[in-house]
Amino acid sequence: MSETSLTGSHTRTPLALRFPSVLIFLAVLGLFTLGVTILSEGFGIGVISTSFVKTLGKTLCLCLVALAMDLVWGYCGILSLGHMAFFGLGGYAIGMWLMYERTRLIVVDSLVASELPPTAQEISDGIATQIFGVVGASEFPPVWAFAHSLPIQLAFVVLIPGLFALIFGWLAFRSRVTGVYLSILTQAMTLALSLYLFQNDSGLRGNNGLSGLQNLPSLDAVPQATVSLWFFWGSAFALGAGYLLCAWIVSGKFGSVIRAIRDDEARVRFLGYPVDAFKLFIFTLTAVIAGIAGALYYPQAGIINPTEIAPIASIYLAVWVAIGGRGRLYGAVIGAAFVSLLSTWFTGGQAPDINLGFYTIQWVNWWTVLLGLSFVAVTLFAPKGLGGLVDLIVDRTSPNRHGADLGPDPGALREKEAEK
Amino acid sequence: MSTLLEVSGVSVSFDGFKAINNLSFQIGTQELRAVIGPNGAGKTTFMDIITGKTRPDEGRISYGEKGLSLLSMSESRIAQAGIGRKFQRPTVFEDQSVADNLMMALRKARGPLSVLMFRPTAADHGRIAELAGEIGLSRKLHSKSGELSHGQKQWLEIGMLLAQEPRLLLVDEPAAGMTPAEREHTTDILREAARTRAVVVVEHDMEFVRRLGCKVTVLHEGSVLAEGSIDHVTQNERVIDVYLGR
Ligand SMILES: Nc1ncnc2c1ncn2[C@@H]1O[C@H](COP(=O)(O)OP(=O)(O)O)[C@@H](O)[C@H]1O
Ligand SMILES: [Mg+2]
Repeated sequence: MSETSLTGSHTRTPLALRFPSVLIFLAVLGLFTLGVTILSEGFGIGVISTSFVKTLGKTLCLCLVALAMDLVWGYCGILSLGHMAFFGLGGYAIGMWLMYERTRLIVVDSLVASELPPTAQEISDGIATQIFGVVGASEFPPVWAFAHSLPIQLAFVVLIPGLFALIFGWLAFRSRVTGVYLSILTQAMTLALSLYLFQNDSGLRGNNGLSGLQNLPSLDAVPQATVSLWFFWGSAFALGAGYLLCAWIVSGKFGSVIRAIRDDEARVRFLGYPVDAFKLFIFTLTAVIAGIAGALYYPQAGIINPTEIAPIASIYLAVWVAIGGRGRLYGAVIGAAFVSLLSTWFTGGQAPDINLGFYTIQWVNWWTVLLGLSFVAVTLFAPKGLGGLVDLIVDRTSPNRHGADLGPDPGALREKEAEK
Repeated sequence: MSTLLEVSGVSVSFDGFKAINNLSFQIGTQELRAVIGPNGAGKTTFMDIITGKTRPDEGRISYGEKGLSLLSMSESRIAQAGIGRKFQRPTVFEDQSVADNLMMALRKARGPLSVLMFRPTAADHGRIAELAGEIGLSRKLHSKSGELSHGQKQWLEIGMLLAQEPRLLLVDEPAAGMTPAEREHTTDILREAARTRAVVVVEHDMEFVRRLGCKVTVLHEGSVLAEGSIDHVTQNERVIDVYLGR
């Protein structure tokens, strides 16, 4: 019975102590936030430029969406190649309000000078012409019906990706679409969405997208140095909260069940678990997290357009998580932070080109190749990713997989091969 | 003794090949039954049909006092209704500890929200320790089940079945890869389990079946060839021809 009391005591230990990585992560995130604040232009000594604060804030949002990707793929085994679409939808939802409200203030300002007080219709027409002039329209499309309301658009940040994922997931999981087919289906969904948004009559300004999102309405007086920190803090808070939520989800029996679904879905069904409902829950929840991450990201980026939703974005997301190490939350965060910052560095032209004499490697072009090669290398030689380095330190015991590792496929599959 | 499961006139074919052919089968609420038959006789397919993995082309399956038709139920609903299954190849979740595997199997609400809110009580931990004792894995409770030997995995799977507290237990070749001593232990567990529920055991090994000491159903080419005590069926001419004689 001694073992009973031993495991029994587990239930009363707080999450953070049972999973020291959670505590460490939150501490590191807190210190990082503090450090950036002290070094910033807005509140500190001004060592870090405002644009770099924005880059870091955006990176935190990418870490958050990577966390969602890890939950859905690394833990539940659903290789969704469409989560950046949910990220984009969250961005569009908040972007609509930002753009509407700011334009409204500008229009109202410009009409103040006129002799008669402007009617509501005049104001509305003014805003519509301002916003939709670029796509040759001057009326509000139906999707903008609630753009004037911040609370409603904020609700849309979670509701639209959530509902979208719920319907898509329900159709897909109910028909038992799994593996590669599901990945292809999610890519198709993403492609369809981005192509739709590219159209001028989609109501979301076609390929122009939404812009000027970095300007907060009626807060023009607040310098960007300050606004950038607000968003940075918001992103850090969201990442911390998201990390806690994910850690809580994967720590208990729910985590056991979704990892079991990843490894052998059919077996879980015979234990009596409604596998489709679990997948749908995780798919929808992660879509909501992605939506929130997007809503924090795009005001820092300043602009959102349909390119952001292109299929490749979601593939990059999977690559980050794979490089960071899927199936562990900090792995996803490390992967997203490391690769996206490196990517910014390389594609931003800051990386020194390498002159080979007969050929000059220009990183702006060659970075994607390097990333692709790293992805292949990680998949083949270090399936645990960068997060696997942590194991070297804490010597985490891994199961005897008969020499085969988790690999790119669900674990159980490799297991079967290994046994042969 | 009342009937727990009644399979009547079930047939299934794969690409024109009749794997199960007009099969009928009955088992009582507290009965141990061995199903034997040569390779490819359809034993595993028979279990697939009961557990909802394979949908039959025709026939009926009624389960329980209310005569539930299993044919319209999903795998998970069938399992929730009290039908547990052990696979031919041991399938435990290798990446997780023995305790986690048992905890998942423990009979509790199965919906996502109940699972999310679930926190194990001392009684649950006690039950798991007890089960681990029964299957001889007390000292392995916190090891990853991937580290277990083949026989231990078989047992863990049996333990998971018992944790589910099913009314009908379907066990596919439990003794495969076990030592004689382990086989004996397995027989004991199965016989013990059958005192409170129905147990169907598929097995190749005649000695093992003899030790179970129960009614035997012989399957051949997807239908029942003979049924009765082990001595009865082993003396049956047709059984000798197709199975034992080879
Ligand atoms: N999913 C399937 N597709 C095609 N043929 C199958 C399938 N499952 C079983 N069979 C065939 O049905 C027959 C019965 O198989 P099975 O039930 O596994 O036999 P047993 O378990 O008695 O050895 C075999 O000939 C097998 O090849
Ligand atoms: Mg078989």
